[in-house]
Amino acid sequence: MLDTPHVADRHAAVCVIGAGASGLAAVKNLREHGFAVDCYERETSVGGAWNWRHDRSPVYAGTHLISSRPLTEFPDFPMPDTWPDYPHHSQVLSYLERYATHFGLDRHVWFGTEVVSVNPVGDGRWDVTTRSTGGGVTRTQRYAAVVVANGHNWAPRRPELPGQFDKELIHASAYKDPAALRNRRVLVIGGGNTGCDIAVDAAQHATTVWHSTRRGYWYAPKYVLGRPADQVNAGSLRWRLPLRLRQWIFQRMLRLTVGDLTRYGLPAPDHRPFESHPIVNSQLVYYLGHGRITPVPDVARLAGSSVELADGRRIEPDLVIAATGYRPRFEFLAAELLDIDEDGRPDLHLHTFARRHPTLAVVGLVQADAGLFPVAHWQSVAVARWLRLRVTDPARAAAVQQKESARPVRSWSRQKVVPTARHWFEVPGTDYLRVLADLLKQLERA
Amino acid sequence: MSEILRFDDWTSPVPPVRREVLSATPDSDAERPPVLFVPGPGTPAAVFAEHWLGHAAGRGFPAYALTARPDGDLRAYVHDVVQVAAGLPRQCVLVGHGSGAAIVARALARYPARAAVLVSPMLDRWATVGALLRIDPVRGLRAMLSRRLPVLRSTPAPAGDPPVLVAGSPDDRLVPRSALDRTAARYGGAPLLFPGMPHEMMTAPGWPEPIDAIIDWLEKEPAS
Repeated sequence: MLDTPHVADRHAAVCVIGAGASGLAAVKNLREHGFAVDCYERETSVGGAWNWRHDRSPVYAGTHLISSRPLTEFPDFPMPDTWPDYPHHSQVLSYLERYATHFGLDRHVWFGTEVVSVNPVGDGRWDVTTRSTGGGVTRTQRYAAVVVANGHNWAPRRPELPGQFDKELIHASAYKDPAALRNRRVLVIGGGNTGCDIAVDAAQHATTVWHSTRRGYWYAPKYVLGRPADQVNAGSLRWRLPLRLRQWIFQRMLRLTVGDLTRYGLPAPDHRPFESHPIVNSQLVYYLGHGRITPVPDVARLAGSSVELADGRRIEPDLVIAATGYRPRFEFLAAELLDIDEDGRPDLHLHTFARRHPTLAVVGLVQADAGLFPVAHWQSVAVARWLRLRVTDPARAAAVQQKESARPVRSWSRQKVVPTARHWFEVPGTDYLRVLADLLKQLERA
Repeated sequence: MSEILRFDDWTSPVPPVRREVLSATPDSDAERPPVLFVPGPGTPAAVFAEHWLGHAAGRGFPAYALTARPDGDLRAYVHDVVQVAAGLPRQCVLVGHGSGAAIVARALARYPARAAVLVSPMLDRWATVGALLRIDPVRGLRAMLSRRLPVLRSTPAPAGDPPVLVAGSPDDRLVPRSALDRTAARYGGAPLLFPGMPHEMMTAPGWPEPIDAIIDWLEKEPAS
C-alpha cells in the first residue's frame, strides 16, 4: 500500500514517534548524544497527553499533577520553583513547550504527520512510512533506529458491561469539564485517579453521585505532615526501609489523617499499600464525609434506564462515566516486534528495549509511582547511550546485551502488584531507577 | 547513582527565593545562545554589568548575570543557577568566576549547558585556602571552615558533555597556577592565560581582552 517505491535513506538518523513528554525527552537526549533525529507528531503541537487541545488528550479541566513538582520535573530542566507543589495541566503543557523551545527541539519535529507503519529491513534498519494525519500520500524513510513514544493513555478501555443503557454512557476520555455534570445524577465507575477526580468534580456540581469501585483502595492524601506526600515517602525510600515497614507506616499515617475508610461505606482493600498504582486524592474522603458521594460496589449489568449493582441494588443515574482506563496501542508496529501477547501486553526488557530488535525501543511506557518525566528522561538516555555504544564499540555492546538478557524481571522488581491489566507497566519506587542507573553505568564510555 | 536518585531534591527541595538577574540583550536577534555569568557568593552581579554584559550583547550574545542568594549553601546556589538558566529563552552558556566557577561546575551536572567557561576558577578548596592564608589569614581560616567551597574531585561530570573553557591569570593571587592547570586538565585542556590580569578580570582596566577571547571561543565552538 505504499504510494511510491522510493525509500529515502536517512542513514544514521533515528526516528522518534511522538512529541509528547516522552518523545521530546527522547529527541533531546538523542541529539545530545550526537544523533540526527526525525520526530513525527500527529498533532500540530507538542505536549501529547498534556495538551488539552489534542484529540487523544485525556486531561479534563481540573487536572493537576498528583506527584509534586520536584519529583515530576525533568532532572536536567526544572520547573520554575515559584510554581505550586501540584501544577495545573496548562502549566505542565507550558513547561513541555518551553522544554522544546529551550533545547531547539521543534526543528526536528514533523508536525501533522502520522506514522502508518514501521518495518524492519533486516540489518537493524527500519522503514518508517508516514503521511499527513488523516490521509494523504504516504512516504517512506529509512532509519538506523526507531524510538516509540506514542503514549499509552489515549486508546480507551471500555468496561464489559452486559445489557443496554438508555441514557448517556461515556468513557472518561470524553469528560472534559464539570459543566457537563451540572444538575445530573452521575454514576462514576472506576477507583483510579481519574475516577476519583471525576467523582470529586461531580460531588461539587451534580445533584447525586455514585462512585462504583470493584475493590477497596488505599487513597493517599496529597499532603502528609504538612508536606507533599510523595516527598515524605521519598524519605522512607532513601533509607531503604523494608517494604513491610513502609506499608505499615503508610497504613498508620492514613489511619491518623484520613481514618478508617470502611466507615464511609468503602470496602476494605484486598491488598497492601504500594501493591497497586498509587491513587492520590485528598478530596474524595472529604466529600464522602459530607455525604456528597455514595460509594457503591461493582456494576453487574445495565438495565435500560437503571443500573444493577453487584449487591442487587438498582440505581438510576442519567449519566454514567466509565473511568476504566486505557490500553496501549501500536497500530504501526506488527505485534511480534514488541512481543505483544494476545491480551495486548508488550514484553520489553526493562519496559524499554525490544527483545529481538536491538534498534527498537519504547520510551514512557511505564506507570511510575512518582512522576513519569524523570523516568522517560533516563530511559531515553539509556537508549541513546546504547545506540551510540553499538556504533562505537560493538563488542562491548554485545557483552552488555548478553548480561542484560540474563536479567529477568523478577530479579529487579520484587514488588507484588495486583495482577490486572492496569498494572502491566507498574514500576515500583526507586527500584526501576536503580536498575536504569546500573544499565547506564554499563553503557558509559570507557 | 546520585545523579539519578536525587533524594536531597526529593525530600527537601531548595526553597525558592527572589533572584536578582541583570541582563543586556543585543539589538537584533542573531540566534546566539544566551550567556549567564555567575559570580562567587557575596559578589553582586553588578561586577559583570559594569563592562562584560554590555560588551557581550554588543557582539550579539544576550548576556545575563545572577547574584547568589544572601544566605545559602552550595546546593542552593547551584539550584539558583539552574533555575535561571532553564528560564532563559534558549539553551545557554554558563560562565562562572572565582568560587562562582565552582557553582557552575556543579550546575553543569544538573543542566546541559551549550558550553561553559570557568574564569579564575576556585574549584580546589585547598588551593584556595592556601592562597587565602597567604594573603589574609583570617579569610583563609574562614574559607577552610566554609561549606561554600567544594573539593575538586567531588565535582560531578557535566551533563550532555559540553565544551568547557578554563581561563585565568598566572598573576592571580587567589588561584595558584598549579590549581588553574589542574582544573583545565580535568576538562581535557589547557587554561587560556591572561598575564598581568588580577583575579577580578571583569572590572580591571584590561577587561576587554578576556571577554573578547571568551566570545571568540564561543563563536568558534560548533553549534549543535
